[in-house]
Amino acid sequence: MARLTINGRSVSLEVADDMPLLWAIRDYIGLTGTKYGCGASLCGACTVHVDGKATRSCITPIASVDGSDVTTIEGLSSGGDHPVQLAWVAEDAPQCGFCQSGQIMQAAALLADNPDPSDEEIDKAMKGNLCRCGTYNQIRAAIKHAARANMAGNDGEEVSV
Amino acid sequence: MTTRRQFLKVSAAVGGGLLVGFRLGAPETAMAAEGGDDSTDAAGVFQPNAWVEMHPDGRTMLTISGSEMGQGAMTVIPMMIAEELDLPWGAFDTRFAPADEAYSNPALGAQVTGGSATVRGFYSTLREVGAATREMLMQAAANRWGVPISELRTEPGVVLHVATGRQAEYKTLVGDAAGLEPPENVFTKDRADFRIIGKPMKRLDSPQKVNGQAEFGMDVRPGNVLMASVERCPVFGGKLKSVETGKARKSANVEDVIELDHGVAVLARDWWSADQARKKLWIEWDEGELADLDDEGIDAQFREGVKKDARPARTEGRGAGALGSEENTLSATYRVPYLAHTTMEPMNATASVTDTGVTVWVPTQAPGSVQQVAAEIAGVSPEQVTVHTTFLGGGFGRRFETDFVREAVTLSKQAGRPVKVIYSRPDDVQHDFYRPAAYNELSATLGDDGMPVTWVHRIAGPSIWSRVAPGMVKDGIDPAAVEGAADHPYQIDNIAVSYANIDPGIPVGFWRSVGHSQNAYIVESFLDELARRAEIDPVEYRRRLLKADSRHIGVLERAAQMAGWGGDLPEGQAQGVALAESFGSYCAEVAQVSIENGKPRVHKVFCAIDCGIAVNPAGVERQIHSSIAYGLTAALSGQITIKNGRVQQQNFHNYPALSIDQMPEVEVSIVDSGQPPGGVGEPGLPPLAPAVVNALAVLTGKPVRSLPIKLG
Ligand code: FES
Ligand code: FES
Repeated sequence: MARLTINGRSVSLEVADDMPLLWAIRDYIGLTGTKYGCGASLCGACTVHVDGKATRSCITPIASVDGSDVTTIEGLSSGGDHPVQLAWVAEDAPQCGFCQSGQIMQAAALLADNPDPSDEEIDKAMKGNLCRCGTYNQIRAAIKHAARANMAGNDGEEVSV
Repeated sequence: MTTRRQFLKVSAAVGGGLLVGFRLGAPETAMAAEGGDDSTDAAGVFQPNAWVEMHPDGRTMLTISGSEMGQGAMTVIPMMIAEELDLPWGAFDTRFAPADEAYSNPALGAQVTGGSATVRGFYSTLREVGAATREMLMQAAANRWGVPISELRTEPGVVLHVATGRQAEYKTLVGDAAGLEPPENVFTKDRADFRIIGKPMKRLDSPQKVNGQAEFGMDVRPGNVLMASVERCPVFGGKLKSVETGKARKSANVEDVIELDHGVAVLARDWWSADQARKKLWIEWDEGELADLDDEGIDAQFREGVKKDARPARTEGRGAGALGSEENTLSATYRVPYLAHTTMEPMNATASVTDTGVTVWVPTQAPGSVQQVAAEIAGVSPEQVTVHTTFLGGGFGRRFETDFVREAVTLSKQAGRPVKVIYSRPDDVQHDFYRPAAYNELSATLGDDGMPVTWVHRIAGPSIWSRVAPGMVKDGIDPAAVEGAADHPYQIDNIAVSYANIDPGIPVGFWRSVGHSQNAYIVESFLDELARRAEIDPVEYRRRLLKADSRHIGVLERAAQMAGWGGDLPEGQAQGVALAESFGSYCAEVAQVSIENGKPRVHKVFCAIDCGIAVNPAGVERQIHSSIAYGLTAALSGQITIKNGRVQQQNFHNYPALSIDQMPEVEVSIVDSGQPPGGVGEPGLPPLAPAVVNALAVLTGKPVRSLPIKLG
């Protein structure tokens, strides 16, 4: 049994202590935006925030997040209008989209720590998030877009074209 | 201009004698599949064909007759309809098509999404669909105003009578239009009048893909569903002999354990519990004939096959008989491995078998095949099977297959409840239909000018069509095995390309760009070997072998120009070039590469593509990025190895995927030939590997004759 806050809602779960957070979220809480891609911390598709930190939910036993505050893609913003989400749409980043919840959660955590990451810092933070559709250049552009928006307090569209 | 009669006839012909591709009434199933508010009174709803449904309240529903697997079908299909219908961009909803022959892709003759055919297959049909619909709205206005239709025109969403200044919004006309006959003649716009086609359009599905709402197959959860994890015989073709299920059955949350021919399924309330319990099964397999197969054995079969079983795929001039003296002849052996697809969303399917029929929710590239397979297993007619195609978390050819559908339907039938089968990532890697491995012997004799006079290429490898549609294999030649090799564009007097269909038993299937994925690498790398031997610049070498003014030359020169070919490069970097025609498009790439810590590092790729009219240039560019990433993954690390009849790789640690820090910068230029659209989902892939290895050969002086690339 574990109690946690998920997207601002408290839940208690009667599941095995070692059930990964990912499957508790998907199959018991019923939020399916968080994806399964490898089950072994190798792809990043399952990334959520645990107390604000980007975390691979597929290898995180539910018991270890007892009492924690968990945010999934569904809770990142109320209307899909987190600066990272807006930047993703503006840069036309998704293709199939399956990796993108994880990419966005990872990027949001990066920008919360480091509002203006360099290319190397983006590489370091994002290289565990695989995308088989090859959207990496758009992801990089979207992270920079969101960084600009955060700093300028606007939508991050570049002024000159 | 196409007349309606011609149009219908053509559609019937490409449909292979099935139902016509262009229906004048909406198919019943399109309504039934969606349920919900579509069941409201249909009075006044205008449904001129299988794609368009317009309501008097202004709602317009467009049906997406192709799977959305990342390639942008959900955006580009409406672009083609909206252009000709003069629909304001974005003023419509979309839904995915149900399984129905009405939605067969005219280029493929079946309801499948693949072969880079969404645009090139539907380009005429969907514009005619839009144009015919617009014409009917205009006719409704003409009748109402008592003026000839020739005096009317449209602006987005509105019919106008210029002389009197009268205008009517489409929604005010749909009720009348619903009572009209479709027009005899369909006119489509001149390219110069396009408002939507040719403009870079943003994807319509982004908003739901950034907030977790997009529903993939894995996310579907019908009430009362059981989650299944299946232990399959690790040896291809092996069968279940016996199983001890006691411990698994007693595991937490487990509801059922079901034996299958090829494995054992554990069904639980949640997938993780099923997968955990699966480890407690005690299974004895009948491993079958492949239990001793390994890579050495496979290679030996290929080497022997190429000698004994090769059949001619193309012969020009005197063929292999024209090979010359040893000192003027270069020979090489090239090998490529089996490759898994590893779509980001592992294989899955959800099925519900009831007394009245079957419902399947599945990310699929082939809804028609899903319907057939489900009907066969459940013992019902195909009409009793409803297929909901969800978003696909990647396709790349893997989702033409129906192995996961078979399992889900079989299990639901037995369990008497809806069942969702999810492949774990190791299942997905180890039970794929792989890109065929291939063994290639090449020889070429050069003339005094250094140019080839004879080209001989012998291929041995398994055949995809032999399993999927044996009728495609003629005189021993599987067209997919030799595409890009038998039909390369280089003008050489004597050519002999042959193929030996050797099947070691590893299942093979379509993998992004299919035969081109290996043959472009082999042809273009060997060609560079010849150019180096001749000491002629590789761009110049190709130019001399290509037909003047060909589309090949067009992209080759554009790519060279973009890359500043022959110019100064940063210390330690080199450029390589390659060219390939596939799926109706022409693509040249220049890769700029260095070696870092003994490993290739691709800094930049310049890509020129001639895909005819680029319906959505933004989509074209994204597909090039995507193809480069997919091709580079394979070139750098893609390799499925076999031991004891089993795949040795399991997950991304030993079957890696490219990560963001390895992604090259990509620059894309679309060469506008004004030709009808070609494919774009695949053509960017074939030239990538050879461009990279050709650059590496400049740095190391050594050709790379097998993939994945191993230096030193
Ligand atoms: S599913 Fe968690 S890292 Fe891949
Ligand atoms: S968008 Fe398809 S895996 Fe990233």
